[in-house]
Amino acid sequence: MWTSLIPATWSQLRTLGMVFRHAFRKRETVSYPEEAVYLSPRFRGRIVLTRDPDGEERCVACNLCAVACPVDCIALEKGEAEDGRWYPASFRINFSRCIYCGMCEEACPTSAIQLTPDFEMSEYRRQDMVYEKEDLQIDGPGKDHDYHFYKVAGLAIAGKGKGEAQDEKPPRDVRTLLP
Amino acid sequence: MATIQVDGRRYAVDDRDNLLQACLTLGFDLPYFCWHPAMGSVGACRQCAVKQYRDADDTQGALVMACMTPAADGTRISIADDQAREFRANVIEWLMVHHPHDCPVCEEGGHCHLQDMTVMTGHHRRRYRFRKRTHRNQYLGPFIAHEMNRCITCYRCVRFYRDYAGGTDLGAFGAGDNIYFGRHREGVLENAFAGNLTEVCPTGVFTDRPHSERYARKWDLQFAPSVCHQCAVGCNTSPGERYGEIRRIENRYHGEVNRFFLCDRGRFGHGYVNRDDRPRRPEWHAAAGETRVLDVDEALERGGEALRRARRVIGIGSPRASLESNHQLCELVGQDNFSTGIAEREQVCLARMRRLNLDAGLPTPTLREVEAHDAVLVLGEDLIASAARLGLAVRQAVLGRREVLAEARDIPAWNAEAVMTLAQDARHPLFIAYPTTTELDAIAERCLHLAPDDIARLGFAVAHAIDATAPAVGGLDERTRATAERIAEALRSARRPLVIAGGSLESPAILEAAGNVARALATRERRGGLTLVRREANSTGVELLDGRPLEWALDALGQGDADAVVVLENDLHRRLPGERVDRALAAAETVIALDHQRTATWERAHLGLPAASFAEADGTLVSLEGRAQRFYPVYEPRYHRPESRIHPGWRWLLALHAGLQRRTLPDVAFDDLTRDCARRHPVLAGIVAAAPGADERVCGLKLARQPHRYSGRTAMRADLDVSEPSPPRDPDTPFTFSMEGYAGFDRPRREVPFAWAPGWNSPQAWNKFTDEVGGHLRGGDPGARLLEPAAGVAGHVDAIPPPFEAGVGEWRVVVLPRLFGGEETSSRAAPIMARAPAPTLRLAPADARRLAAEAGDTLVIETSLVHLTLPLLVDAALPSGLVGIPAGLAAALSSGAPARLSVVPGDGEAQP
Repeated sequence: MWTSLIPATWSQLRTLGMVFRHAFRKRETVSYPEEAVYLSPRFRGRIVLTRDPDGEERCVACNLCAVACPVDCIALEKGEAEDGRWYPASFRINFSRCIYCGMCEEACPTSAIQLTPDFEMSEYRRQDMVYEKEDLQIDGPGKDHDYHFYKVAGLAIAGKGKGEAQDEKPPRDVRTLLP
Repeated sequence: MATIQVDGRRYAVDDRDNLLQACLTLGFDLPYFCWHPAMGSVGACRQCAVKQYRDADDTQGALVMACMTPAADGTRISIADDQAREFRANVIEWLMVHHPHDCPVCEEGGHCHLQDMTVMTGHHRRRYRFRKRTHRNQYLGPFIAHEMNRCITCYRCVRFYRDYAGGTDLGAFGAGDNIYFGRHREGVLENAFAGNLTEVCPTGVFTDRPHSERYARKWDLQFAPSVCHQCAVGCNTSPGERYGEIRRIENRYHGEVNRFFLCDRGRFGHGYVNRDDRPRRPEWHAAAGETRVLDVDEALERGGEALRRARRVIGIGSPRASLESNHQLCELVGQDNFSTGIAEREQVCLARMRRLNLDAGLPTPTLREVEAHDAVLVLGEDLIASAARLGLAVRQAVLGRREVLAEARDIPAWNAEAVMTLAQDARHPLFIAYPTTTELDAIAERCLHLAPDDIARLGFAVAHAIDATAPAVGGLDERTRATAERIAEALRSARRPLVIAGGSLESPAILEAAGNVARALATRERRGGLTLVRREANSTGVELLDGRPLEWALDALGQGDADAVVVLENDLHRRLPGERVDRALAAAETVIALDHQRTATWERAHLGLPAASFAEADGTLVSLEGRAQRFYPVYEPRYHRPESRIHPGWRWLLALHAGLQRRTLPDVAFDDLTRDCARRHPVLAGIVAAAPGADERVCGLKLARQPHRYSGRTAMRADLDVSEPSPPRDPDTPFTFSMEGYAGFDRPRREVPFAWAPGWNSPQAWNKFTDEVGGHLRGGDPGARLLEPAAGVAGHVDAIPPPFEAGVGEWRVVVLPRLFGGEETSSRAAPIMARAPAPTLRLAPADARRLAAEAGDTLVIETSLVHLTLPLLVDAALPSGLVGIPAGLAAALSSGAPARLSVVPGDGEAQP
């Protein structure tokens, strides 16, 4: 009996010691909210709508984010501006449904919708978790500093006619017979 | 039949097909662009390459275009062969070299054949590093948007527009890399079928402009099987809804009716459903201009009380409402008090058409069968204006000569370019007798521009020339006699002659003449056909309910025989002169109107109940071929507008009926109502079979109205309430207002809300639903035919009108139907209003000279009832003594009425 009691006691004491030593270790938890949490730049939090380097809305209301969303919490409607650009006339995300999976960002062909390192969105009323376009739109280009959809795509808008997009020749004269 | 071997397995196919047709019919996914089931092959795109082997020993094989190779017996091919696969991937890559990289801002995205084919072949990265050729776009009118850079040069657009639909103002310009599809200069596309370019074009070159203004991707639209309400042909449509608005109408394939194509009125004329001024809640009009919005209970209480108080209640039905709604009205007021809501002059024609369908001995062909006729006589109809899709079918019938000639030379019918080159201008004979030019004149052997009575006389003469027992026409001039002989000879020698007439000119004589021709043909045991054109979506069906004409109802109210009236989805002011209607309505103690539009009649009603339009209601319509077809609600109006109180007409009437008898509203299922209607009217017995019952299930599932990728479910109405309600229930139909339910293609079903199959998002997915490409739906084509001819042929009618003589100083009115603006509801849609030409008054040149008026002068037309000012159009075809007025302008102007004309003084020319 004594032969088993001695190692058992030692094990108990060792455990106590290990636990006690942890009191002097560096802490894994942070005392949020007094202390800020470090979020990596690629953290998937609050969703924003960004602007292109010229300050214009990036979103062209293609609806790919909405269709990629596994919980169907994005709804938007297309509008067409005077200059020919497509833009979202309304853009709504129901954050009470959002699971921050980032599929919308992956689907977005214009880098408009991006997830940001911010999760501080709690509300007392669930209805306040519904964000409209003005709540989502930010002023900068977000993580993608350069992409400018309308400079690449062939759709003509005011100030960029046919043949002025990336890798485009000037428009053809259909009436000429020359090659 | 032939047996072919595909990738080592043997299949039985039709040897009249080409390999592409055969492979698609067998269910293989073989990419293609330029081939279309309705237009055949030209081999322009090189996309459908397969490997063909000479025999079992041939291991090398050769690449062939499947669409240009007949499915001959013993053919061995491989679709999966590496070389063929690589070739197809290369072709797509070449086609995409100039593509503008704009799918996110392209209206075609999501139902794009080019996207589907690109995914199917596996091309995903642009390797071409040089610059793209670009083009400028054109303005093509209010219906179609143009984005030429998306073109892949498949030639489908011009082949449809020019060869199939007979348009002249769209063409291919330039050559090689320059090639351009458009008009010679910017302008509105003139053809009545231009809207089909949006579905025919496999890319986003031609897109739906009204849809683009209120855009939603195809995967986001909620669909239901529907039937077009804009004319009597009964084309099947798939309206797509988002946010409580109909955003787009797509063609819904029906193997016997519309098949792949719709007319522009049907495709773009749905805007009235979305109007902001639509009544959405019950209204009580106490006095002029004083309106109180009521809730449902209060409205029904007031309505029930008013009806209980009334001595006698008249019910005025409508040819634009469903059979069930009309029947329920008939039940509410009793058969003796039921009016069809159709003016007498029109109803006389409808009754005669119904009789002719029974006793003229010739059946009414379906639209597909129309295309198989080889001689056509049109009496008094401008088909493109009054039943456009039928006009398109007649065009195919006339061009059908090509296939006859090709068959004789062993050229397969699908080899479109060869068939066309062979036939040149050879066509089956088409004869048109109409007061003025029609769009089909260009392909007619002879066009006769005659007054309505003379058209009837011509018809009688033709009947006499075919069958000597038919009454002869006295006093016929030599030219007309010769023409009648020629028409008779063409009809006699045809394998399948077709006679088309209708109520457009409101002339019973023309109908009788057409009846005589039909009887004459029927006695000769030809497989002929008789098609009679009605005006509105349910004209044929409502006439079968044996109601009295509208005049009778107004007289009963005006004379005090009745003191209450219930008007169902009908604007009486568009049928009879306004004063007369107003007098009758003013005399009634109670006027209850049910409608989905704010019409003049609605404004004069005491109680207005907001009825559902075709987009929100169930119902059955009978088309002009006598086919009863069911339409289903596309969406529940309260889901997005909780304040709306829209209900189908029949449900309001059921509630009124219950209120009248102080009962509680019984829980009636729609199918019971249909059965009840069929029981009460034996002639309608077939309508029960027109649609599957509400208990129809596929694999135990209801059918989904929404594609399975439908997005935004938890956000669409989150601004109203973050807790989304459960989807609206739909006990009356086999469909759900949800993406849950069966939406596949592999179990045959008759009612398909939208066509989708894995890998096929474009309308080409319909090929997966048919028994063979361009054939019939595998689950059977929707609808049930009601009007089949009785055994035996009635005797000829001898009511030949005297020849038309131009009066002195007096003209006869002919009301000319028009495709855009001539129909009540579609002319409330913005794109149709934008497309409708300005109304003009037509006169023969001699008559214009007599009035000393020139084209563009303003003329006043006066009849005993109406005074109207219109600009003059000098119409060289119009017979002297007639004045042509476009339909839909003034109800008081009816065909045959005498009118006086004068030039507005001070408008250039002085009055003579």
